[in-house]
Amino acid sequence: MTAVEHRFGPYGGQYVPETLMPALAELEQAWVVARDDPGYLEELQELLRDFAGRPSRLYRARRLSEYVSGPAHARTIYLKREDLNHTGSHKVNNAIGQALLAQRMGKRRIIAETGAGQHGVASATACALLGMECVVFMGTEDIRRQRPNVERMQLLGARVHPVEAGSGTLKDATSEAIRDWVTNVESTHYIIGSAVGPAPYPSLVRDLQRVIGDEARAQILEREGRLPDRVIACVGGGSNAIGIFTAFVGDPDVELIGVEAAGDGLDSGRHGAPLTVGGQSGVLHGSMSAVMQDAEGQITEAHSISAGLDYPGSGPEHAHLRDLGRARYVAVTDVDALRAFTTVTKLEGIIPALETAHAFHFALEEPSTSTLDLVCLSGRGDKDLAQVLERLGAEEL
Amino acid sequence: MSGFTESDHQRRRAAGEAGQVASEPLGEGAARIADAFATSGKRAALMPYLMGGFPSPERSLDIGLAYADGGADLVELGVPFSDPLADGPVVAAAGTAALRAGATVARVMEVCEGLAGRLPVVLMCYANLVLVRGPQVFAAALRDAGASGLIVPDLPMEEAPAVLAACDAAGIALVPLVAPTTPDERLHAIGARARGFLYTVSVTGTTGERAAPLGERVAQIVGRAKAATDVPVALGFGITTPEQASEAADAGADGVIVGSRLVREAAEAKDPAPAVRRVVAALAAALS
Repeated sequence: MTAVEHRFGPYGGQYVPETLMPALAELEQAWVVARDDPGYLEELQELLRDFAGRPSRLYRARRLSEYVSGPAHARTIYLKREDLNHTGSHKVNNAIGQALLAQRMGKRRIIAETGAGQHGVASATACALLGMECVVFMGTEDIRRQRPNVERMQLLGARVHPVEAGSGTLKDATSEAIRDWVTNVESTHYIIGSAVGPAPYPSLVRDLQRVIGDEARAQILEREGRLPDRVIACVGGGSNAIGIFTAFVGDPDVELIGVEAAGDGLDSGRHGAPLTVGGQSGVLHGSMSAVMQDAEGQITEAHSISAGLDYPGSGPEHAHLRDLGRARYVAVTDVDALRAFTTVTKLEGIIPALETAHAFHFALEEPSTSTLDLVCLSGRGDKDLAQVLERLGAEEL
Repeated sequence: MSGFTESDHQRRRAAGEAGQVASEPLGEGAARIADAFATSGKRAALMPYLMGGFPSPERSLDIGLAYADGGADLVELGVPFSDPLADGPVVAAAGTAALRAGATVARVMEVCEGLAGRLPVVLMCYANLVLVRGPQVFAAALRDAGASGLIVPDLPMEEAPAVLAACDAAGIALVPLVAPTTPDERLHAIGARARGFLYTVSVTGTTGERAAPLGERVAQIVGRAKAATDVPVALGFGITTPEQASEAADAGADGVIVGSRLVREAAEAKDPAPAVRRVVAALAAALS
């Protein structure tokens, strides 16, 4: 039994109140046992296959490939279709895996944080499936801009706990979920939705999401007989990105690109791009990583049109991959993401999540000599329609 | 001031590196804290919590001085942080208000300086604010501000070595926390590393007022902590009323920490200083 990583280079760790330390040790122990337990793995694989719809498809995006190809340079873009999973995003991979783990640990109450609502919906769904109580913490601003997902969670039997603190977004929802966990730790498992938080969460979430890249690597080898030149994914906390990157980290010729939210522009300070901007690392929500903070060390508020990228922190393994030079992080503005959102919708008949639209802008508009791209289509964009319509108006669509 | 020489500090650091964490010689801060516990004249020393910079830097100093006037033996001085994971709504809201009112670490250190002449100050500060400056710079600033100790509520034993070494070198007592969920073996490991006192969390949860009596479980919580350490055991989180403070002393706690009740008083009272002094005096009377 190998242990779970607590550190990725200088990043990671367990910066949490003492009350939670035994629960983190218990979770780590449970994961170390479960991940090698055929009973757990069989049940997980059955649910991922029959309930969530895995393996997700690898789709050769014909018109997007045409869009990026010139007379002298052909590029093919493949999409890993996590949007086709049940609940509409990659979040279900992690939610089912952790809910099953909680069941094994005898915890009947689940809490989760959510930004865009995708992780909240995935957690509420897993809890309905397994007959567990579910409370989802969500910022009031996100409740406003992701209304359909709020209604879905409530229909699924979850209680949505509004969080008014701070800017009413993902950071505040996560803080409140951690406070609930400190209080109810004996009965409750916290399903953190991204590859963030104290150890063992960044490793646990990565292990549950790496199915994305494991499948995609085999699928693209089968289709193209070669690996992609680039793998591109959006990064908020970074779970879909670490999920698709992991299978390719050992392939030095595959460029890994994480796309953060530049919001109103990196110079404006209103963004969600701590990995891209760099600067001093810091502690947020239990781990040391790239964070947005002022000179004092107070965590600052992020901004992005997409609730899932509206987060001032990042997964510690991403910070480490960045420092190693193994992955590159870039940022795309609200305006560019909106344009990519409509481009992809019109050219492929796929409405991507606003989060994913950031990755699409980079893939479609930044010049590259790549001939084969793999983009993680992390989720579908139905949840974003009201917000996009409000922002663009009918004439721009 | 301190009788410690540089060679004492070096010896202590060397002992820490060798893993001999028990039976440290007392640093200057730890000595002052020990003295405050020993000479309180009460059944348990009283340590009220003050949110630094709330409602404003000047008024928070007045509130801290009122604590001293009311009979406090030590003060826990909180540094406001954007994401206080261990705090309930009252302390978290005061922190947010303090930041809006312009509180900074430097201004809270000024409050510390203003109080340190009256009673020992133990700073309560979240990890990022310490780590951004660097543990050595932070500990030196604490020493210069006259502080005696430091509590970092999101820095468990595993993450603490660098901060502990820096605090030891600066003569600042790094006070660790233990919780009802902490298993015995871990409790002993934390107790052996404790400087100043062992902050014993009375409830599984965040800070905040609780109405119910502490009840029988508190004797077990305090007893377990006392068996795990040589330093005084101070009980905190959820202690609100004089009756509860008295229960904590009856259970054998060497110190009682009261936070949210006083922060709420400071938030609600028209004239906070006399109001908190009355609350502190009632708590002190219950402990005499």
